[in-house]
Amino acid sequence: MLSDLASFGRLVLATLRDLAPIILVVAFFQFVVLQQPIPQFERILGGLFLVMLGLALFVRGLEMGLFPLGEAMAGAFAEKGSLFWLLGFAFALGFGTTVAEPALIAVAGEAARAAAEAGHLADGAAALEGYADGLRYTVALSVGAALVLGTLRILKGWPIQYFIIGGYLLVVVMTPLAPKEIVGVAYDSGGVTTSTVTVPLVTALGVGLATVIRGRNPLVDGFGLIAFASLTPIIFVLAYGMVV
Amino acid sequence: MAWLNQIAHTAWTTLFDVLPIAVILVGFQVLVLRQRPRNLRRIATGFGYAILGLALFLVGLEQALFPLGKIMAAQLTADALEAASGLAAADAVDWRRFGWVYAFAAAVGFATTVAEPALIAVSLKAEEVSGQALKARGLRVAVAIGVAFGVALGTFRIVTGTPLPIYIMAGYLVVIVQTWLAPRAIVPLAYDSGGVTTSTVTVPLVTALGLGLASAIPGRSPLIDGFGLIAFASLFPMITVMGYAQIGAWRGRREARRRFDDPGDLKEE
Repeated sequence: MLSDLASFGRLVLATLRDLAPIILVVAFFQFVVLQQPIPQFERILGGLFLVMLGLALFVRGLEMGLFPLGEAMAGAFAEKGSLFWLLGFAFALGFGTTVAEPALIAVAGEAARAAAEAGHLADGAAALEGYADGLRYTVALSVGAALVLGTLRILKGWPIQYFIIGGYLLVVVMTPLAPKEIVGVAYDSGGVTTSTVTVPLVTALGVGLATVIRGRNPLVDGFGLIAFASLTPIIFVLAYGMVV
Repeated sequence: MAWLNQIAHTAWTTLFDVLPIAVILVGFQVLVLRQRPRNLRRIATGFGYAILGLALFLVGLEQALFPLGKIMAAQLTADALEAASGLAAADAVDWRRFGWVYAFAAAVGFATTVAEPALIAVSLKAEEVSGQALKARGLRVAVAIGVAFGVALGTFRIVTGTPLPIYIMAGYLVVIVQTWLAPRAIVPLAYDSGGVTTSTVTVPLVTALGLGLASAIPGRSPLIDGFGLIAFASLFPMITVMGYAQIGAWRGRREARRRFDDPGDLKEE
């Protein structure tokens, strides 16, 4: 117990190194460039302490919970040997974690307002909400599909670059054809779909699968699921903007 | 006391956000896999730690850093605009007056990325999988440099009002070329690092900077010009992570060649 506490204390101190750049940036711009004292200094100090503690707890939680669980599930699915259920799990994980993502709900709302302002939508809250919900489900479907495709890639050992480069070429072709207001939102939507709890789980799942399947290299084949999940929303949102 | 309240509230919302994940995990575990994972208690404790940690982290950010970051972004854009005041036409905005804005964008991009929890997770995994050949810290710094450059370039784009797709397409071209040249093992990790950078810390600050800048500068629309910074922040890390591996491979090759040319060096070891 005591040694646990000591090692956690070291972890908290280690996060100070992660936060040092933030402290330096704030101090430099506040004192040197803007030449103003820091407002509410105690509050900021307290906030920093919470951030340190939170980061250390999160890292401990990763090592104890999220990573082992992702790996255990990868092993269990490989043992079961059912492609259907593995892909079903991948889809559920992608769809389920995205559809309720607060950042996505915010972006979908912005996109609806952008479309309405450009005159693509009938006026009224119902039309706005319908557009935003449609967009949200489109993105969630696209992340589910991305994880299915990414998992299949790990199983088959297909090289990732053909998918990703092919996908980005599609983005390049679709961009001039999509309405102008949706482009920025579409490009940003790729970044908002992968939340902080999903990322470690998905990474551990991919690396776990690539470790248990013979002939796959965890580094070459195990990573890449996040890349799929950040690419497909761009394509689907551009398509949504063109169709709706 | 207000802090405790807010921590409890944030922990509750975080728990609610994690609920779909938990339902899916438990559902598949019970209905499909039909087995208890070993160390279930330990895993559940770890989950609890991660959620509590995330909640504390978010409260700390919201209490301390976000308000300060947003005030600073507003002050810097205001300072630059004051210098350019009196000019109404869009083309009269001189991009050179915004030097501190670009510097601030780069500094914020770098500093927030180093502290990004999702990136910490992926880089820890990468270090473990590569057998310590890749260093978690090196990887994170490489990603952070990419975000810094991307966000600074993104603010430059907002100031000048040049079209977003041109930058993004040029960036992808660089990614395609590097994919051919970089060591094969780094490519999936580099692609992943693009999506990982933009979550809890970076997105709110960077979006606030973009929207503030776009609404402050005459002739820019927050809707068309304000978005897109996240896209920059996810594109450039791919380039810097592949670059990081390319530099490592190049130094390895040079080292090998030096030893080959100078056999005396070999004997010494």
